[in-house]
This record gives sequence, C-alpha cells and structure tokens, in this order.
Amino acid sequence: MSLQIVGTGNRERGTEAPRSVGSQFPVPDSRHPGNIQAKDFSFWYGPKQALYDVSITIPARAVTAFIGPSGCGKSTFLRSINRLQGLIPGARQTGAIELDGENIYSASLNPVSLRQRVGMVFQRWNPFPKSIYDNVAYGPRINGTASRSKIDEIVEQSLRRAALWDEVKDRLRQSALGLSGGQQQRLCIARALANEPEVLLLDEPASALDPIATQKIEELLYELRSELTIVIVTHNMQQAARVSDYTAFFYLGRLVEVNNTGQLFTTPREERTEAYITGRFG
Amino acid sequence: MVSEAARPVVTTRPDDTGLGARIDGSAIGDSIYRWMTTAFALGIPILLLFIAIEIGAAAWPALKAFGFGFLTSSDWDPPHNIFGAAPAIYGTIVSSFIALLIATPLALGVAIFLSEFAPSWLRQPVAFLVDLLAAIPSVVYGLWGIFVLQPLLRDHVMPLLSAIPLLGQTPLFEGPAYGPSMLSAGLILAIMVLPFISAVSREVLMAVPRSQREAALALGATKWEMISDAVVPYARSGIIGGIILGLGRALGETMAVTMLIGNVHKISASLLAPGYTMASLIANEFAEATGDLHLSALMAVGAVLFVVTLIVNGLARWLVWRVSREGQS
Repeated sequence: MSLQIVGTGNRERGTEAPRSVGSQFPVPDSRHPGNIQAKDFSFWYGPKQALYDVSITIPARAVTAFIGPSGCGKSTFLRSINRLQGLIPGARQTGAIELDGENIYSASLNPVSLRQRVGMVFQRWNPFPKSIYDNVAYGPRINGTASRSKIDEIVEQSLRRAALWDEVKDRLRQSALGLSGGQQQRLCIARALANEPEVLLLDEPASALDPIATQKIEELLYELRSELTIVIVTHNMQQAARVSDYTAFFYLGRLVEVNNTGQLFTTPREERTEAYITGRFG
Repeated sequence: MVSEAARPVVTTRPDDTGLGARIDGSAIGDSIYRWMTTAFALGIPILLLFIAIEIGAAAWPALKAFGFGFLTSSDWDPPHNIFGAAPAIYGTIVSSFIALLIATPLALGVAIFLSEFAPSWLRQPVAFLVDLLAAIPSVVYGLWGIFVLQPLLRDHVMPLLSAIPLLGQTPLFEGPAYGPSMLSAGLILAIMVLPFISAVSREVLMAVPRSQREAALALGATKWEMISDAVVPYARSGIIGGIILGLGRALGETMAVTMLIGNVHKISASLLAPGYTMASLIANEFAEATGDLHLSALMAVGAVLFVVTLIVNGLARWLVWRVSREGQS
C-alpha cells in the first residue's frame, strides 16, 4: 500500500535506465516470462487503417502505459495483444506481436489458449450475473481445473491478489452485481488473475470510477507489477505518470514515442509528445 | 452591433407571449392525456373482469350440476346431459407440453444460430422466413397437417417410434397408428409456436452486451463456452418469456388442433391415440349445442381454459421472476 504519488513515475529504475534508442528501448526482461514485442504491426478495420507499423517492446514485470488522444489506436493495439480485436468482421493485420518470442498471430497458435495467458480488464466492469465465487472460478473451470478444493484455493488467492478478499469473503455466494463499481472492477481483475496470466491488459480500467476506487486500482497495479506484465491504456496522464514504469504515446495510429515514464513526461524527444502532455491538444 | 441589437427582440417575444400561453395549453393537454391513458389502462382489466364474470355466470349451471366431477369425469354425453371435461383438459395440457418440448430446443437453436453464427447476409432472410411461420393462418396449418404431416407420421414416424426398444413398449407409443393423434396435434403446435419463441429469443440474445461476450472470451472461453456460459444465461429470463408466449399460443390454438387431434372424449396414455382439447371441444360443439346444460357445459370448459391459462402464465411468470432475481440479488 505504499503508493508514491509522484509525477515522475520511473521510481527505483529511473537513474540507471539506459537512454532510449528508438524501438530498442525498453529492453525485454529475459529473466521472466511475459515479454511482448511488436514488430511493424499494422491493423485495419476493413479499408480503414488504424495502426501503422507499431514496433515496441513491453518488458515483463513492469507497468507500461499507452497514452494518446481518442482514436489514436492505443486501445486497438492493446486489444490486438490478446487477439480480441481480430474478432471484428473485416479486421486484418500485418506484422507480428511476439509473446516471449512466439508470434501470437501465427496459424499454429490457438487464440483461446493465448487468452488464458493474456488476461484483460475492460473500461466498463463486466462481471457475469453470477455469484462472486463463480465469477472468479470461471476461468479455472473452463480451462480444466476440476478439483473443488483447488478452485477454492485459486478463488481465495485471486481475490487476495486483487485486494478484494476481506471485503467479500463472507458473501462469496452472493451475486457479483451487488458490489460497488470499484469492487466489481477489482472482481474483474481477480477473475483475470485466476487464470494465472503472464500478461494483464487493462483498457482504461478506472475511467468510470470515483477517485477513491481509482486509487485502489492504481495501488493494486503497483502491487501486481512485480508478478506479471501489465499494460494499461489510459486517458489520464496523471494516472500514467503515477502507475507506469514505461509510457508509450500513440498518435493517429502511430507509436510516436516510448520511454521511461519519468523521461517521457519531463523531457519528451518528440514535438508531438510534448504538445500532448502539456495539454496543447487531445 | 447588428446581432447585439437583434438578440433582445428574439429572446423576449416567446417569453412574453408565446411561451406563457404554451404552458397553460400544455397543462390542460397533459391532464387530458393522463386521463385518457389512465382510462385505456383501466379498460383492459375491466374488460377482463367482465369476460370472467360473463363466462362464470354462463358456466355456473353446469358447474353446479357436476361439481368437481366436471374436471375429473371423462363422460361427455350431450343427449343424456352428462358432461365431464377431463379428456379435453388433459389434451390441452399434453398437446401444449409436446409442442414446447419440441419447439423450445429447435427455436433456441435457430435463435442462437441467427444471433451468433449466421453471416449478416443470411441473418435477415432466415429470420424473416422464420417469422413468416407466425403469419400463416392456422387453418392452413391444419390442411397441411391433414394432407402432409399426418400421412408422414402415420406411415413412417409412428411405426418407427413403436419399434424403438424399451421406449416403444411403454404405453406412450402403444396402439395402432391412425394418424389423427395427440402427437400430430402437438407437432403442428410446435411448428406454430416456434416462430414466437425464436423471435423473442433472437432479440434477447442479440441484446446481450458485447462486454459480456468479451468477458468470457478474454478469459479463454471458446465461442461455444462464451454462448453457453455468458450469452444464454444473461438472456435467460427473456428466453423464458418467449417460451411463455409460445405456451400461451399453444394452449389456446383451436383450428389446426381440431383438424388433427381426432376429437375423441377419451384420455389415452398413448401419444399415437386421438384426443381432444378444450378449445377444439368448444369450437366443434358450440354451434350445435341446443340444450341449456350443454351450452353451460361448453361455457364451463371455456372457464376452465381461462383458469388453466392464467395458472400456467402465473407459474411461468413466477419462474421468470425467480430466475432473474437469482442473477441479481
């Protein structure tokens, strides 16, 4: 619970981090699974191109934030990492996104098993109209965990990791829809964590929450970054600065700049980044 | 300068005259509108009440004469003024039950296919054709049943059912296959209620928010798991509503059933045997009923149909309420 509300983000890593050199930075953390590398990734909705040659490294065990104005492609790119965006009729892509060296768009990779490794939390919390327990247990159940005691254990552990256990432990069998918005969103995080994913994608997870619920989500991400890769799309630049280690700025479907969060916000290399973070557009 | 000068003229005029008058006028209009809609809304229950009173009064002589036996006796003998409606009550319930048993899975399959799997160029035409089933007059269904469905059942399906090991030996498929039967009536009803169930189910399935589908997919669900675990449960109470709508139609359907069920005052366990329904009984005998007690007995059948429909609808509504409460509280 030691969230540092600092404007410069890059915390303990800041001083020794190497100077960014194009898409070579950040570098993958090869000690842990969950490194993502996009290589010239482009995406189309029918005739309309939404992403242009995005190349980026998203290192494991860190929080990477995507910022940019509406329609800049940051959500499209996020949702391409678990291939959810590819379900839209007429969608197609070129280039590659690699998860630990394996192209997730290769024909041999099953998107269903990919999504077990890459969890996702959405802008609008979307628990199933089932009990709290059944929501968290859903992933393990469909992915083949049959033992009841094992599922009990996963549910408790996931709710603890999502900092929700103490609030719901006495009403696990009650409907998830009776929880507050912030609790429902943390339940969705717990539900995603129950699959033991290597990567957690969050699409503006706090944009519909009040400041206190938002702070809880941010504290949670801060805790979780030592366990898995976290990618968060946010409209809120203060949020990006607070929670992320790295920040990527998207504009008009292109990745303009990616750097240590501190450096990106204090000394942006690109004119457009500076214009955006100082509020001149967006 | 021009616009500055012009603005007060534009804003003051409606305030001074037009808008004030409009408020008075709309207050009167509002109250007229409120009274009219209230009257319409009250009209329906009042009408229902009158129907119930009228039928009840007309049915009273028969109900008084036969008491509870009217519901349990199978004797229907107009010349001797003996009336018992048990076969018709039984037939109405059993034929509707057969109809739902067959129509519900089919209709759900159609609805799921159309809302989840069908390419968009196929969705509209197929949905239109299924909905068109509801527009066919029931007498046409009856004719088709007599000339197509019934011979088919008699010559091919019924012998097959009787030949099934074990199941064919049960009383359910016992006896000779004539054609006119509970089974053919139930089957024609199934075809007739299918578009109602499928249209309602399709609408509620398509109304399931994308966020629910994405929630399941993002957790590693296959498309099938997404549909069975997220989409259908979310739409559950709406689907049950569609089934109730179909049931209501099956209980009251008259013409097609009359043409196919055989119209025999006898309760048979076998689905291959002919039977009767309450609606068919009224339709068949009302024009020829001369005795007062006969007429009253037919009105009593109508009253029972009315009550059975109310009970079944009430049960179904309670089911919907319980199911939707389960998901929310």
